[in-house]
Amino acid sequence: MEGTILRTENLRVSFGDNLVVKGINMEIGEKQVTAFMGPSGCGKTTILRAINRLHELTPDAKVEGKIFLHQENVYEMEAMTVRRRVGMVFQRPNPFPTMSIYENVISGFTLNNIKLKTDEKNHIVEDALKKVALWEEVKDHLKKRATSLSGGQQQRLCLARAVAMKPEVILLDEPTSALDPLSTAKIEDLLYELKGNYTLIIVTHNMQQAARISDKTAFFYLGELLEYDDTKKVFTNPKNEKTQNYITGRFG
Amino acid sequence: MTPYEIRGLQGRRIKDKIFTSVVWGLTFSCLAVVFIILFYIFKMGIPSLNWALFSQGPKPVGESGGGILNAIVGSLIVVVIAAIIAIPVGVSVGIFLAENRGRKLADRVALAIDVLQGIPSIVIGIVIYVWIVKPTGKFSAYSGSIALAIMMLPPIIKNTEETLILIPTTLKEASLALGASYFRTTMKILLPAGIGGIFSGCIIGIARIAGEVAPLLFTAFGNPQLTGSIFKPVDTIPKVIFTYASSPYDDWHRIAWGGSVILVSFIIVLNTIIKIFESRWKVQF
Repeated sequence: MEGTILRTENLRVSFGDNLVVKGINMEIGEKQVTAFMGPSGCGKTTILRAINRLHELTPDAKVEGKIFLHQENVYEMEAMTVRRRVGMVFQRPNPFPTMSIYENVISGFTLNNIKLKTDEKNHIVEDALKKVALWEEVKDHLKKRATSLSGGQQQRLCLARAVAMKPEVILLDEPTSALDPLSTAKIEDLLYELKGNYTLIIVTHNMQQAARISDKTAFFYLGELLEYDDTKKVFTNPKNEKTQNYITGRFG
Repeated sequence: MTPYEIRGLQGRRIKDKIFTSVVWGLTFSCLAVVFIILFYIFKMGIPSLNWALFSQGPKPVGESGGGILNAIVGSLIVVVIAAIIAIPVGVSVGIFLAENRGRKLADRVALAIDVLQGIPSIVIGIVIYVWIVKPTGKFSAYSGSIALAIMMLPPIIKNTEETLILIPTTLKEASLALGASYFRTTMKILLPAGIGGIFSGCIIGIARIAGEVAPLLFTAFGNPQLTGSIFKPVDTIPKVIFTYASSPYDDWHRIAWGGSVILVSFIIVLNTIIKIFESRWKVQF
């Protein structure tokens, strides 16, 4: 394993009286793909949203413990700085509907009030769209509304929007669960290619997906981390009985 | 077929027919009322529309002719200033309500807005009279604007809130997840996505106050002279209709009908604008 980019220390998240994440300690390797797996309600998405501090939008959410991005505690940093360094792709494609394809890709810069020259913008947009294999499909109508694209294209656009900011970590919250198999396969190929340049954390219900693209797999159950190891080991020789049952489809 | 499937079927069909025809019938009678009123206003008012109505002020009693230029200008001033005051406030309160739904404070604010909507316009006029006209010692266009601005707030707030609630939270999250500030997320993502609804709320607000006379009686008061100053009393179209229609002179009645046509046409135009822009600015999520 290369360096550690993210480390959680006794991470606990609760909504009101409901403790959803019960003290997680884990390290996430730099430039690796880490898959978060587990049955619904096990806290995977909650952990993901704790990393970029999106829980701050939920009034009764409470996060305890520490999360370190490199050596800095993200809860002692400015939330906006954290989110600029940690990108996110959501469950459903959510391009900005009032913006064109081009504007969507560059939106991370415009929303942060970062002024760029036109050729810099063009370069960033082309580069990001090429990275998500969308360039060839949209290069002739970049001025079109982003919502005119298909669901799979929209999701790749959202990935491009995150990639354009050159984040250190990209969080993916079940990015293919709203997509058809073909679009899913495309996104998976992309993630496979992005790996090595980016640190990816992907929440997924799809075990084949985790097995195909991830280096490491974490298995959560009822807010606890039951198993966390190399993906190959987790899938071929799980130590925990619950993990084994889940992987073989006996529950979950 | 079992017997209980057949029983009562005929009766149900008849009930269905009756219900459908009642709904259609009442809808059309409602429409008919609107059209009869409009027809009557235009029938009475169009003959009195002439160039003098738009280009001249009122003539002294006894002289025929004259127009309501002073009131048209006055109405424009009062309504535009009211909109300038009410739109930023109303949209901000709407944003607040949409963002803080379910919290106690937001519930209280929403209740206060409902109460505000129910306050009779004459009362708002009197309050502004006591607060502004009396201390400053004179009637003025801007005091009328403030009274109307207060009346405009509820529709603007409601429309803004309802429009913003319909915008998926994932859009807001997407923007914040890129590191955008709350302010820029609101300005660049939420408001543009809701612009159609917010805009129509503003127009509904303007349409609501354009015909108000009660809040202006104690504030903008009235002024037979043409003036462009917001610090002087001004006439407004509804005020002129009120004064002229309750006068004993036929000539003044004609002018009141002319004023009514202008006002009603203005409202029709505003509503058409809403329809056009609502469909043009519709955002697909």
